Amino acid sequence: MDKVIVAEQLTKQFGHFTAVDHISFEVERGEIFGFLGANGAGKTTAMRMLCGLSLPTSGKARVAGFDIATQTELVKQNIGYMSQKFALYDELTVAENIRLYAGIYDVPKNDIQIRTHELLQRLGFESERNTFVHSLPLGWKQKLAFSVAIIHQPRIVFLDEPTGGVDPVTRRQFWEMIYEATDRGITAFVTTHYMDEAEYCNRVSVMVDGKIAAMDSPAQLRKDFNAKTMDDVFHQLARNASRKAE
Amino acid sequence: MMFFISWRVMHREKQNKMSPFLSFVRKEFYHIFRDKTTTAILLALPVLMLMLFGYAITTEVKNSRVAVYDPSNDLFTRAVIEKLNASEYFTVVKMLKTSDEINEQFRKGEVKMVIAFSEKCYQNMLHTGTAQVALIVDGTDPNSSKAVVGYASAILAQQQQDMFQFTNIPFQVQPEIKLLYNPTMKGAYNFVPGVMGMILMLICAMMTSISIAKEKEMGTMEVLLVSPVKPSHIILAKTIPYFVLSLINLSTILLISVFILGVPVAGSLFWLLMLSLVYILVNLSLGLVISSVVDNQQTALLISGMVLMLPVIMLSGMMFPVENMPVFFQWISQVIPAKWYIIGVKKIMIKGLGFEAILPQLSVLLGMAILLIGVSIKKFRYRLE
Repeated sequence: MDKVIVAEQLTKQFGHFTAVDHISFEVERGEIFGFLGANGAGKTTAMRMLCGLSLPTSGKARVAGFDIATQTELVKQNIGYMSQKFALYDELTVAENIRLYAGIYDVPKNDIQIRTHELLQRLGFESERNTFVHSLPLGWKQKLAFSVAIIHQPRIVFLDEPTGGVDPVTRRQFWEMIYEATDRGITAFVTTHYMDEAEYCNRVSVMVDGKIAAMDSPAQLRKDFNAKTMDDVFHQLARNASRKAE
Repeated sequence: MMFFISWRVMHREKQNKMSPFLSFVRKEFYHIFRDKTTTAILLALPVLMLMLFGYAITTEVKNSRVAVYDPSNDLFTRAVIEKLNASEYFTVVKMLKTSDEINEQFRKGEVKMVIAFSEKCYQNMLHTGTAQVALIVDGTDPNSSKAVVGYASAILAQQQQDMFQFTNIPFQVQPEIKLLYNPTMKGAYNFVPGVMGMILMLICAMMTSISIAKEKEMGTMEVLLVSPVKPSHIILAKTIPYFVLSLINLSTILLISVFILGVPVAGSLFWLLMLSLVYILVNLSLGLVISSVVDNQQTALLISGMVLMLPVIMLSGMMFPVENMPVFFQWISQVIPAKWYIIGVKKIMIKGLGFEAILPQLSVLLGMAILLIGVSIKKFRYRLE
């Protein structure tokens, strides 16, 4: 299989504090990989390293086949990123936001028009093409933000708590979009607070105190921990955490 | 840099691609010009300020530096010089040997006033009842000039009275007052440079820092940092629109000042623009430094307001003469870019002096620009690390 993320003994220290402690894992192409952990467990720090925003103290990782420490530029060209804040520009229209991000990711000019058209059609947003983003409902913004994050057809999309503050119905619809994207060969790396969402992932890892405490498919984890739900699994693991949530 | 950008554009077009940098710059322009209120305010600001500061505040001036040209050297003139020196308003710093030295004193900016006596003052007063005294004052700052003229005239009158109070002959010394550079005592000569210093700072430093802080607040900065756009390009793209805006404002101010307020650009327009460009650079980098330490728009606004605006209004010399401040504040005023810029602008616009005269101001500002750019780059890298 094609491995798009390979982390080996990845570590990040801030002074004496070890935020991420020798984690190793692999993510395969087209997978939805859930990255769980309580606040302060180190998942954001790990994700920042994988996105090329932060250099590891030791250990190494390859993302989309490129070294995160030495080939940051190439890593960045091959990933998409979406955070809880959605990061669209309110003062720009839907089409302008798409064009901006496509431009930033160096998508050829002709392709921008084609992809914008496709994207709007897929979302059923054609009538909103020239609407300012600030007047869109939250759920729509979220869908648009995700579509924009993968406008350059990255190999991996990093989703940092993408469904924060969104109602369950919209969340469900959002996960359908993630499935569609992975069907097209994009790998999704998702952090989330919602344990029901963990069930939607192909595989999950649970971080506790900077280390990966468990990593498998949700079904296998439930079996191993003799738990009914992922929530239960999570609590069993997090109970022993020494770090307090920030 | 311009060469680099244009090369990049040509290179892109061949590949039928749009430069990420240019798409980013376009977005910045959208941000500013979509917000109609802000745009209106930013464009109308210079006009508004020029009106507001038209009514400058009168202040008294202490310890003005005075040079004396005294060919008489007699009872009367010596007494006047002593009185001048003894008063809190004046410090006699130099005795001139020839009248040719007078202009040179002003050109060097050493003195605020030259008092020149005619020959045989005392004798003339006794015999003809009149004597000539010239007060030559640097009129660049009309408020302090007015005050200086007033004080000097009062001292002359006083001395006259002291000496001849027991005689019946009505002796008269007629001081002849000549204002250099600003013959009609227009307030505009003083506040136009001040407004230029303030507006450019406002647009460049304040707006830049707010717009970057906004990206951080909205979470868009994070997304930009994850993207392949270079951090230096993000920063550069942020500053370009404000650079353009400040050039527009600079021309507005100059047009209003020349055609409406009647303040001419006496010196070289080229060096005035060069000085302004360096000053703009200082302020843009100041904005970047501020934005690297704050995370939201309100803090950015507060810091630019407190740390930038207030000192510029109070300490740059645009409203209150620096020489009148306590020593401590005079020191502080040394690190305010606007102070140097305003002095430089006055020299070129009003005194009509050339490159040599503004060399100190230009070098100080250039030094500040280099320092601040260095700091902002370092800060930005550090944050990324």
